[in-house]
Amino acid sequence: MGASQQFCTFFLDGHVFGTPVPKVQEVIQHQEMTRVPLSPDVVSGLINLRGQIVSAIDLRRRLGLPERPDGQLPMNVVVRTNDGAVSLLVDEIGDVIEVEEETLESPPETLQGFAREVVSGVYKLSGRLLLALDIDRVVDLSDLTKTKGTREF
Amino acid sequence: MDEIVKDFLIESAENLDRLDQDLVKLEGSPSSTELLAGIFRTIHTIKGTCGFLGFARLEKLAHAGESLLSRLRDGELTLNAEITSGLLAMVDAVRNMLAQIEASGQDGEDDHANLIAHLTELQSGAAKPAGTAPENAVTPPSSEMTKTADGEGAAVCQEQADPAKIGGVLVERGHIRPEDLASALELQELGRRKIGEILIAQGTVRPEDVAAAQQAVQARNPESAVETIRVGVNLLDRLMNLVGELVLARNQLLQFSNSTQDAGFQAVSQRMNLIATELQEEVMKTRMQPIGNVWNKFPRMVRDLALSCGKDVTLEMEGQDTELDRTIIEAIKDPLTHLVRNCIDHGIETPEMRRQAGKEAAGMLKLRAFHEGGQVNIEISDDGAGLNGERIRQKAVERGLVTSQQATRMSDRDIFNMIFLPGFSTAEKITNVSGRGVGMDVVKTNVEKIGGTVDVQSTARKGTTVKIKIPLTLAIIPALMVTSGGERFAIPQVSLLELVRLEAGEGGKGIEMVQGAPVHRLRGRLLPVVYLNRELQLGLAGKDSRRDCPTNIVVVQADGREFGLVVDEITDTEEIVVKPMGKQLKGISAYSGATIMGDGRVALILDILGLAQRARVISEARESALSDKEKANKREELRSDRQTLLLVQCGAQGRMAIPLSLVARLEEFPASTIEMAGAQEVTQYRGQIMPLIRLSRVLDADKEFAVAAEGRLQVVVYSEAGRSVGLVVDRIVDIVDETLVVQNPAERRGVTGSAVIQKRVTDLLDVARVVREVIPGFSESTARV
Repeated sequence: MGASQQFCTFFLDGHVFGTPVPKVQEVIQHQEMTRVPLSPDVVSGLINLRGQIVSAIDLRRRLGLPERPDGQLPMNVVVRTNDGAVSLLVDEIGDVIEVEEETLESPPETLQGFAREVVSGVYKLSGRLLLALDIDRVVDLSDLTKTKGTREF
Repeated sequence: MDEIVKDFLIESAENLDRLDQDLVKLEGSPSSTELLAGIFRTIHTIKGTCGFLGFARLEKLAHAGESLLSRLRDGELTLNAEITSGLLAMVDAVRNMLAQIEASGQDGEDDHANLIAHLTELQSGAAKPAGTAPENAVTPPSSEMTKTADGEGAAVCQEQADPAKIGGVLVERGHIRPEDLASALELQELGRRKIGEILIAQGTVRPEDVAAAQQAVQARNPESAVETIRVGVNLLDRLMNLVGELVLARNQLLQFSNSTQDAGFQAVSQRMNLIATELQEEVMKTRMQPIGNVWNKFPRMVRDLALSCGKDVTLEMEGQDTELDRTIIEAIKDPLTHLVRNCIDHGIETPEMRRQAGKEAAGMLKLRAFHEGGQVNIEISDDGAGLNGERIRQKAVERGLVTSQQATRMSDRDIFNMIFLPGFSTAEKITNVSGRGVGMDVVKTNVEKIGGTVDVQSTARKGTTVKIKIPLTLAIIPALMVTSGGERFAIPQVSLLELVRLEAGEGGKGIEMVQGAPVHRLRGRLLPVVYLNRELQLGLAGKDSRRDCPTNIVVVQADGREFGLVVDEITDTEEIVVKPMGKQLKGISAYSGATIMGDGRVALILDILGLAQRARVISEARESALSDKEKANKREELRSDRQTLLLVQCGAQGRMAIPLSLVARLEEFPASTIEMAGAQEVTQYRGQIMPLIRLSRVLDADKEFAVAAEGRLQVVVYSEAGRSVGLVVDRIVDIVDETLVVQNPAERRGVTGSAVIQKRVTDLLDVARVVREVIPGFSESTARV
């Protein structure tokens, strides 16, 4: 019997992503956001989480996935990171599932670009694949700051 | 570390702070048996606990102090300055040991044998006259010290008979014998149980009697009934946040209740409203601390300093209860300490000089704090010699800070305030206390950092007063709310100068282009203009393309320079709560934080300085200033557009210019004092190891320069956050006051660009960059120090 871990899962462009449950502080409905001019594109804005100001990162953009269709409101997965709470915008929230360590494999070749760097592994579930995200790497935007503010207007 | 050791450390640290004050107080009123008893008890507790925890060295030291104190308490010795100094030295040693325990869990190697011997000597040495203390000439104690106790004083303070304690009450009422109490007290020293519990456990007394005694004690000293608990600061911060949210929810609730007819619901929301308001006020109070918390250490410091300077100083404090936000308390600690030191070292004269001047021998140092107009005022005044305006004028001219004509025209007040400029010191000799020309500028920067102001007033021979005004709290600041490109922004009131509205139709005329940069003529001056929506790349949702709308210009200042910010709308001024933004957004210099508005949405707070730098408006300001020559003749404010530059000669680069504001000092070292630390040349400078950078090598890396082994080095000292680095140049040429027109921002290493200075092309040195290139960890190691 191998070790098992609980994962909080969510959907992005039809893929199932997940992060260990202890990393997740809460999941909340779509919130009104204040956009931050000059910030990297992946930062959708700031939300007010009971008086705490939290940056919201669009996971689709962060992972290089296609843009979310118009009219579809994202959900906020608020995660605990070394630098405080950060909200990740996802399409939909999934179940909390238990995964066995022995079903873990390294990321498949089909993953491209940045997604490859932040997917720490793949769990083979029955009928689906769960992509495990390295949250601290996802919210560290230092790889983007060089290009900040170059958006056209 | 053990919980119990941690508790011991926290408790002892507090006790020691109180000891410092009590000992100094005791010196003033040596016959106070109450003070003496308190001091004795504190030391006794420390001794007892550390014996129990196995810190033998600390115990030994505390024991020596205790023995001395017990002789004082019993009236066998009279307190004098020497004994006080000895006891204070013991307190310091105990504090050191506690710090060691905290760091390593051990009480250190030093057993303080000398100190213990000294304390023992003092114990027996009542015969030794007070005036012959070996080190620094101790001034004889000012007040005539009469015999401390008249026999009975000693008995009163013994714990056994102390009627303010439960034990005392029980003895008094005959429930227990004094011997029972003594043995119970011993037990109490070991554990930390209540005396009543011990007695009940021993069966010496009935629980009812203890309860009755407890009531009696509480009735006798009502103050002891007030209880405090320790609460983490982050818990308070969280509470504050939540209360803020509650207030927002309350606002929404009130709006909703107004639109309904349900009387019951309206009544509930009204009550909710009152409770929320009250709650908010109370929670705000939890973050406030009396300024006395900082002042507490001054009596001891003043005493020690006065002794070592051979001066007699009386400290008077007024308004200790004035409350300030705790972050501000932290921020003003160092500036205040520095000012107090300055007063004693430079302000107050020696007793002889004072007598000659017809003043009392003892100088008066007064600290005063009070609330006024939503701000806290702190005044530090002395009745010393006052500032010498003439000498400051001379010095300012010598340093090239002002011309001699300017100096004669300046008012006394302006002259006095020049002492806050970096590197300015009129002290004739450098003492180990102050006079090194660092400090006053640090005082000013620290106070300004928290949004405060410093002002100095002085009358020759009468004294000097330094006035500090600081905001009550940093967390809440007044701000102007504006919109631009459909977004809301807050502009902190401190950077705000005025608002200008150009009516429709005028909009096109009001803003003109000078060399491609938009400017506005404001009362004959050219004000560079920045479009906020363009600067923040907000798209064209704004109105700047439409001529039929009025144009709103917010005139702001940053770094002493003014510019106009064009926004779509000016909404209101509001008190906003500043909140930090996540690390993901820290790198954007245009914002200093964010805040939550009344409707619960987030708004960004603009960092005016960062914005100005982004928009390069600061250099444009100089450019446009140049194009307007009339103004140069008419207005003196132009000085702010000019920069004072240090010109140096170095290597093949020729002349280089360094903004004088970045120069901490100019020094000359013999070449023989250079030492090597790894591959880095260093020298010892004011007790620090200062790295040296040879500018000619950095700037012309491909060429080799012979290093002169002798001769003297000209060094420009650059300091950042307490660390210094020396830039070695060939020659210091001049200090000039120039209007800078930076041209061809060069791609060359370490150079920001060139400018024509004194009719010669001169490169501007990028000091911070050069330093970081040579010493990559310069700023990081600063953080660690």
